[in-house]
Amino acid sequence: MSTSKATFSWSDPFNLDGQLTDEERQVRDAAHAYCQERLAPRVLDAFLEETTDRSIFTEMGELGLLGPTISEAYGGAGLNYVCYGLVAREVERVDSGYRSMMSVQSSLVMVPIEEFGTEAQKQKYLPKLVTGQWVGCFGLTEPNHGSDPGSMITRARKVPGGYSITGNKMWITNSPIADVFVVWAKDDEGQIRGFILEKGWKGLSAPAVHAKVGLRASITGEIVMEEVFCPEENAFPEVRGLKGPFTCLNSARYGIAWGALGAAEDCYTRARQYVMDRNQFGRPLAANQLIQKKLADMLTEISLGLQGCLALGRMKDAGNAPVEVTSILKRNSCGKALDVARMARDMLGGNGISAEFGVARHLVNLEVVNTYEGTHDVHALILGRAITGIAAFTN
Amino acid sequence: MKILVPVKRVVDYNVKVRVKSDGTGVDIANVKMSMNPFDEIAVEEAVRLKEKGIATEVIAVSCGVTQCQETLRTAMAIGADRGILVETPADLDLQPLAVAKLLKALVDKEQPGLIILGKQAIDDDCNQTGQMLAALADLPQATFASKVEVVDGKAQVTREIDGGLEVLSLSMPAVITTDLRLNEPRYVTLPNIMKAKKKQLDNFKLEVLGVDVSPRITTLKVSEPPKRSAGIKVPDVATLVDKLKNTAKVI
Repeated sequence: MSTSKATFSWSDPFNLDGQLTDEERQVRDAAHAYCQERLAPRVLDAFLEETTDRSIFTEMGELGLLGPTISEAYGGAGLNYVCYGLVAREVERVDSGYRSMMSVQSSLVMVPIEEFGTEAQKQKYLPKLVTGQWVGCFGLTEPNHGSDPGSMITRARKVPGGYSITGNKMWITNSPIADVFVVWAKDDEGQIRGFILEKGWKGLSAPAVHAKVGLRASITGEIVMEEVFCPEENAFPEVRGLKGPFTCLNSARYGIAWGALGAAEDCYTRARQYVMDRNQFGRPLAANQLIQKKLADMLTEISLGLQGCLALGRMKDAGNAPVEVTSILKRNSCGKALDVARMARDMLGGNGISAEFGVARHLVNLEVVNTYEGTHDVHALILGRAITGIAAFTN
Repeated sequence: MKILVPVKRVVDYNVKVRVKSDGTGVDIANVKMSMNPFDEIAVEEAVRLKEKGIATEVIAVSCGVTQCQETLRTAMAIGADRGILVETPADLDLQPLAVAKLLKALVDKEQPGLIILGKQAIDDDCNQTGQMLAALADLPQATFASKVEVVDGKAQVTREIDGGLEVLSLSMPAVITTDLRLNEPRYVTLPNIMKAKKKQLDNFKLEVLGVDVSPRITTLKVSEPPKRSAGIKVPDVATLVDKLKNTAKVI
């Protein structure tokens, strides 16, 4: 028996750090340094004033944080999915809005172009999206079609030389400042297809959605298309049906699974420090059993969740990850992170309400993260279908 | 001109270390390690000299356990061209004199025009390696550099000293140790992390260099700083002066 007693880490009990490769740790540290030194100081004002700093895309692009999994041939870093997850976790440790901006650009815009695009489309769009010179957005959700995108009403009518697209997309991250729009519409055969539109095309506009109470540092808008002409060369040639958008969402949801836990870790760390520092009744809040139980619950959920994320990352890198596993973790991370944020808010008392203390911001952000890209409930139904073979969300 | 940049793997500056219960040192099991921040500044400076066309090659070198490769990869991600690891056993207490001797052997082998290294490591705070290396290799040295320029084949180094700045002109090869204000290291980019993986990393065994690395200093005891005790309130100035004079004995 070993004589040295292993020491417990209150921030990394399963030694996640030791389960990563050198390169993965380096990527995480590089992302961490940028996020803490450059993003964290800006987030409070951005959140309170509901402003999106366009230069963040350029900065992230310079560091290679946009589309890190994209092949080196198109300017990406060609990193693995574990690295992508670690980056998402570091960005969302600062703010879910910043992570959303990055996820959309990386998973929802670059992934479909790399996966379904023609060589010309890849050459034209990927290098500029990787550097942040262009901002991208992804249009699937419509005002009346959220969890059920298969019934979308946006139409791409065949016209000479291309398509004429008409319809509205809603809750689109980055759309008001986007240069590139990946939108999904039904063709004349009723099949869902993907199209790459560019800012300034006739009939295309993207008004901002205001008065959001969450993700205020990340701009959201609509995409309004009134007979927008899209040339044939800007349509994805092969992919048909929901497989197209779902491939992108699967990638983004995996990033969310890591990211939401990054936000939860920030809440846990802040709450821990607060209860150690704050004295009531002549002793630290941390001396109370109620507080200690909350900390134990937080750490348990976060550290178990991270182990799941790492396991899924390894499966994705090995090419054998069923999409349902992403549903387990997107759902679990968001739900648990929201619980952690609520507990942290509670532990900080009145100060927890102030945006200065960070946890309330994470809390309202996570309400959004728990909802977008498949709500907590819809992922339960996806899992229910996989478990029973019976789809509960269709008649 | 080649630049040799020694880098040390240390406990990350954010980590609050714990003293081992037997007082032999601090517990570094499962603790986050990273490059000594002063060495990061040294790598950055060397890479900038290369980018200005003054240096042709930047070689990062680390002495220590196998995991120091990770520190070398970071140096190469910042921009060093290749790395050298002088691998030492995990149970060896590697002290500044031993490192200086190892570096001297590498200086003989690589013949760099400049050796730029951190003024001290944040773990042992020795502030000795650079000076010892300069003495062993019989090279001029400029410590605590806040500015480095190469003019007419000479290294011009600005040092922050009490009351002003001192500028030294050194013939090369020379040893320069870096201070905090020399530069602000760049962020490592993800593509450069990938590129660093493909750069050459040589592994030297101790025996090959034929250097005596046995420790010369014995650590007697490591202990936590004493806990600060609570202050007291004094009723008037006379008592304060009395306390300062007779209890604290500072006036």
